[in-house]
Amino acid sequence: MSTEQQTSSDSTPTRGTDRVKRGLAEMLKGGVIMDVVTAEQAKIAEEAGAVAVMALERVPADIRKDGGVARMSDPTMIEDIKEAVTIPVMAKCRIGHFLEARVLQSLDIDYIDESEVLTPADDENHVDKWAFTTPFVCGARNLGEALRRIGEGAAMIRTKGEAGTGNIVEAVHHMRTVTNQIGELTRLAPEQLMSAARDLGAPYALVVEIADTGELPVVNFAAGGIATPADAALMMALGCDGVFVGSGIFKASAPPLVAKAIVEATTFWQDADVVAKVSHGLGAAMPGLEMESLSESERLARRGW
Amino acid sequence: MPTIGIFALQGDFREHNKVLGGLGMETVDVRTPGQLDGVDGLVIPGGESTTIGKLADRFGLVEPLRERIGSGMPVFGTCAGLIFLSSGVTGGEQQLLGVLDVVVQRNAFGRQNESFEAALDIEGLDEPFDAVFIRAPWVEKVGSGVDVLATVDDHPVMVRQGSVLGASFHPELTDDTRIHQKFVDMIEEGLEE
Repeated sequence: MSTEQQTSSDSTPTRGTDRVKRGLAEMLKGGVIMDVVTAEQAKIAEEAGAVAVMALERVPADIRKDGGVARMSDPTMIEDIKEAVTIPVMAKCRIGHFLEARVLQSLDIDYIDESEVLTPADDENHVDKWAFTTPFVCGARNLGEALRRIGEGAAMIRTKGEAGTGNIVEAVHHMRTVTNQIGELTRLAPEQLMSAARDLGAPYALVVEIADTGELPVVNFAAGGIATPADAALMMALGCDGVFVGSGIFKASAPPLVAKAIVEATTFWQDADVVAKVSHGLGAAMPGLEMESLSESERLARRGW
Repeated sequence: MPTIGIFALQGDFREHNKVLGGLGMETVDVRTPGQLDGVDGLVIPGGESTTIGKLADRFGLVEPLRERIGSGMPVFGTCAGLIFLSSGVTGGEQQLLGVLDVVVQRNAFGRQNESFEAALDIEGLDEPFDAVFIRAPWVEKVGSGVDVLATVDDHPVMVRQGSVLGASFHPELTDDTRIHQKFVDMIEEGLEE
């Protein structure tokens, strides 16, 4: 930890403010955040142009396959990855597990993902994210869920999608739902907003704010099922600010190529010629799963509320 | 009226767009060498400097940028933008433009938990500026001809060399438009000459 900074005007620097926490997510916009399980993978991600890496022990596809309880990663592994790259490093804690979150803050992680990919630790409550200096990103399937997380202090939102499936359908559904619900709020009269807050299960003040601005007050990324450059471009076209790619890179047959191609497609999503060009010769994408093949208990997006 | 390009490969380019739009400026996103042609000045936003450098290299933007900036086009870089403009970073290799004679230390204040905001005295501004520093760099070495406009703990965090302006913090994340206005003035003065 560094000592207190002194600016020439002698004012005290303040850390962990909303602007500083939400601000890092602003810097990640238009970029790709990649799941990595080793320092070598983190270097491949950085070399491909990732804006950040998510350090975890198993990618979602393996968590899905292995079953059992999925927990926060081993600190040794997280620290190896921090040492290996200069870009921000994120890590996951279980939903509601504020002790895992404190450990991650103590490890000086740049962003904490309170994630449904891990087994929830609390079946009713999420972490009180205002209590932390380290910013949090949380998953959401709809506007109400996004606003509850922001109400708890999340500084960044992502779609839940359906992690580890290589199937984009749920992420598309979640993003379209959020966009439609925001649009609906902007068309309501002021006296309708309390009912809307009740129906969404969302904090009234945030509902009022969104009805006025027509946008979320934090950055919103796509996550869960992105496997190809075209998937990433699609999510950008639907209005996401950037993308998380989990199993899609290191479960593909040629991870460095796929990683680089997804980065380029995310920047140039408006230009189908670029997306076409970077999609050539990437080898086999990760194997995918149909939603119908998943039982209720295998649907990770249903975790949290 | 001048047209200001916003380098839009990655990062918080939309925030710069909003601030400059609010000042009544015409802005255009720049992602290709061709889009550089019609602009009178360029903003390079905050983001990840390694990502921005790699994409600029892969899509053939590095030489066109050096040429335009070398021939006097005003440019303003914030955070990652400052790093990309610089001529060196300590302890690392990455794609840089080398149009600003400074050596930069990346993540100099520490990781995200050390990110901060503070009221900063800036040369040429009467009142302090609420500066937001996010995993911010500072300037380690300053070449001759580079003016230091602001410091934190004696480390330069805002510098100017002719028509090149760099800040290690993010004026685009605040409602205070004074620094962007200063950059607009630089462009307009250049056009009048």
